[in-house]
Amino acid sequence: MATTRSTDAAARGAYIEAPAPLHARPAPLSGLLAPQRFMNTTGLLLFILALSVPFITASPYVISILTSAFIYVMIAMGLNVVVGYAGLLDLGYIAFVAVGAYTSGILTTQFGFSMFETIPIVILACVLAGVVIGGPTLRLRSDYLAIVTLGFGEIIRITATNLSITGGASGIHGIPTWSFFGWSFADGLELFGITFTSKVLFYFFVVIVALGLATVGAARLSRGKLGRAWKSIRDDEDASEAMGINGYTTKLSAYIIGAVWGGVAGSLLASHLSAISPPSFEFLYSALILMAVVLGGMGSTPGVIIGALFVSLAPEFLREFSEWRYLIFGVLLVVVMIFRPAGLWPANAVLPFLKKRRIEPLTTTNIPWAAEAKQAAEAKQAADAAQGRDGDAARGPAENGSGAGRDGGAR
Amino acid sequence: MIEFITGDLFQLIWNGLFVGSFYALVALGYSMVYGIIKLLNFAHGDIYMLGSFIAFVLLGSVIGFLGTASLPILLLVLLITMILTGGIGVLIERVAYRPLRNSPRLAVLITAVGVSFTLEYGVRQIFGPAPEVFPFRLSGESVEVLGGRVSVPQIVLMVIAALLMWVLQLYVMRSKEGRAMRAIALDPRATLLMGVNVNRVISRTFFIGSALAGAAGVMAGAYYGSIDFLMGFTIGLKAFTAAVIGGIGNLYGAMLGGLVLGLLESFGTFVLGGEWRDVFTFACLILFLSIRPTGILGARIAERM
Repeated sequence: MATTRSTDAAARGAYIEAPAPLHARPAPLSGLLAPQRFMNTTGLLLFILALSVPFITASPYVISILTSAFIYVMIAMGLNVVVGYAGLLDLGYIAFVAVGAYTSGILTTQFGFSMFETIPIVILACVLAGVVIGGPTLRLRSDYLAIVTLGFGEIIRITATNLSITGGASGIHGIPTWSFFGWSFADGLELFGITFTSKVLFYFFVVIVALGLATVGAARLSRGKLGRAWKSIRDDEDASEAMGINGYTTKLSAYIIGAVWGGVAGSLLASHLSAISPPSFEFLYSALILMAVVLGGMGSTPGVIIGALFVSLAPEFLREFSEWRYLIFGVLLVVVMIFRPAGLWPANAVLPFLKKRRIEPLTTTNIPWAAEAKQAAEAKQAADAAQGRDGDAARGPAENGSGAGRDGGAR
Repeated sequence: MIEFITGDLFQLIWNGLFVGSFYALVALGYSMVYGIIKLLNFAHGDIYMLGSFIAFVLLGSVIGFLGTASLPILLLVLLITMILTGGIGVLIERVAYRPLRNSPRLAVLITAVGVSFTLEYGVRQIFGPAPEVFPFRLSGESVEVLGGRVSVPQIVLMVIAALLMWVLQLYVMRSKEGRAMRAIALDPRATLLMGVNVNRVISRTFFIGSALAGAAGVMAGAYYGSIDFLMGFTIGLKAFTAAVIGGIGNLYGAMLGGLVLGLLESFGTFVLGGEWRDVFTFACLILFLSIRPTGILGARIAERM
C-alpha cells in the first residue's frame, strides 16, 4: 500500500524526501596539509624540478637517462591503468609500445611524415590493436587475457622481425626527432643567450608530455566516473554489474586507454633512440614494466612513478647489480606479492603527517533519533527473550547456511 | 596432388604428431594444475627448461665418469630428472603459491610470473646466457614410411611420451589418489569435508605435472641437442595453447590439444613458412578463445571473472 502511494507521488512529480544521513558530513579539509592538496603541490614542485634539471647539469648522459626514465614512467602509467585500475593482467604491454614506435618510425622514415603528424595515426593504430586483442578476450576470465596478451606481444615482435616494411631483424634507423610545422628540435633554440640543444629540447618535451600530461591525465581519469567504474570492476565484477556498470565495455575502455598511453610513449621512445629493432620489444621488457607497477603499488600514482624510476635507473646506479637484477626482480615480485601485495606506496596510503578526515562515531548524543532506535531495539530484544530460545535456535542455522552459500558462490 | 598426398602429407602429419607429443606432455601439467586450483602456472614452461638443464648436468657427469652414454643411461637420467623437477614443482607450490591460495587472482598470476622470472634468470646466472650443447644426442637412421622419413629417435621419444601419458591416465582415473584429484577439481571444500588432505593432493599434482614437464625437457634436449635458459618460454605458451584447444582442466583434452596443435603448426608452417610458425600458433589461440573458449573436450561452464 505504501509503495503504491509513493510511486503515485513520484509520478505526480512530488518531492520524495531522502533519509537523513547517519553521520554529520565532515567539513572538507583545508590548508597545505590536506592530503590531496599536499600531493598535488609536491607533484608540481617535482615537475618544476624535472624541468630545471638541464639548468643544473647539462651533461648529455644525465639528460639521456632521465629522458628514458621519464618515458618509462609514462609506459608504466599506461600499464597502471590496465593492471592497477582495471585489474587486468597484461603481459604483453610492450607490444603497444612497439606498435607506437614502429608506426611513427615507418611513417617518418618512409612516408615523410613529421613526428607531430604521426601521433593521430599512432593513437588510431593502438586503439585498433587494443580492440583486436581486448575485444574477444575481455569477455573471458582474466587469466586468459594474461596469456593472450603474452602471445600478442610475441606476435608483434615476430611480425616486426619478418616484415620488410619494419626493416626486419635490424629494425628502423634514422628516426627524426620532433618537429612542429617546419621547426625541428634538431635546429636547436637560442633563447636569452642560452643555447638549447636538440637533446635538451626533447627532454623538456618528454617531461611535459610524459610526466605532465600522461601522469596527471591517468591519475585524474582514475578519480572520475570511468576510473571509479574500473576500480569497482576490479574489486567485484558481479556486484558492479548489478550496479549498472557494463563490465565488458568498461574493461575494454581501460585496455584501449592503456594501449594509447603505451603507443604514444613508444612514439617518444622511437624518436629518443632514433633506431628501433625487434629485440627492444621482448617479453622481458613487458615484465620489467609490470614489475615497476607492482613494486611501486598497483593503482597508486606516486607508487608507480617511484617504481618506474627505480626499475629504469637502478642499473645505471648499480653497475654490478645489473647482471643480477632480473633474478632479483623475479624474487622481489614473489616476495612483494606475499608480504606486501599493495606495493611500496599503496594506492590508498596517506602520509602520516597529513591531516586525516575524522568521522564522528555514532553516539546517542549526535543523532536525534538514536535514542528512539535504541529503545525500539531493546523492546524487540525483550520480546525475543520472552519467546524463549526457540527463536535463536531457529535463526542460527539459517544464518550459517547463507554464510556458507555466499562463500561458495564467491569461490 | 598425388605426390603431395603420398609424400608431404604423411611427413607433415608425422612431424605434427611428434612435436605435438611434446606439447601434450607439457600441457598435461598446465591442465592438471589449472583443473585443481584454477591457477595458470606460468613457471611451468620453465620447469621444462629446468628439466633439460638438470639432465645436462647429470648426463655430463655420467659421461665424464663412464666416458660414454647410451639409451638406458638416458632413461635413468630421465627418471632422476623427473623426480628432481617434480620436487622443485612441489617446492614452488609450497613457497610461492600456497601462501596466496585465498588472494585475488591477479596477485597469484603476478607471483607466477615472478617465479618464472626467478627460474629463468637463476639458470642464466649459473649457466650463462649462451646456449649449451646437450652432451648426449639420440641418433639413428631414418626409415621410409609411405614416402615420409621417420627416424628411430623420434619413435623412441614418442613411445616414451605415450607411455608416460598412459601411466598418468591410469593413475588419475583408476587410483584412489587420482579420484581425490578429480574430486578437488569439482569442489575443494566438499573434498576437504570428505576427509581428503587437499594440500597434499595439490602438492602431488604439482609433482606429477612438473615431472612430466621435466621429462619433456630431457627429451627435447636429447633430440634437438641445444638448450638455453629461455627455451621454456615459447613452449610454455604453446602448451597453454594446446591445453586451451583441448579444453583446459581436462586430461584427455590436454593430450588431444597437444596433438592437434602439433598438426596445426605443421600444416601452418607448410603453408606460411617457418618464420610465421609462432604467429600462426598464437593466432590459433586467440581464435580458439574467441570461438570456443572451453576447447574441444571442455564442458560448457558459465565461468566469469
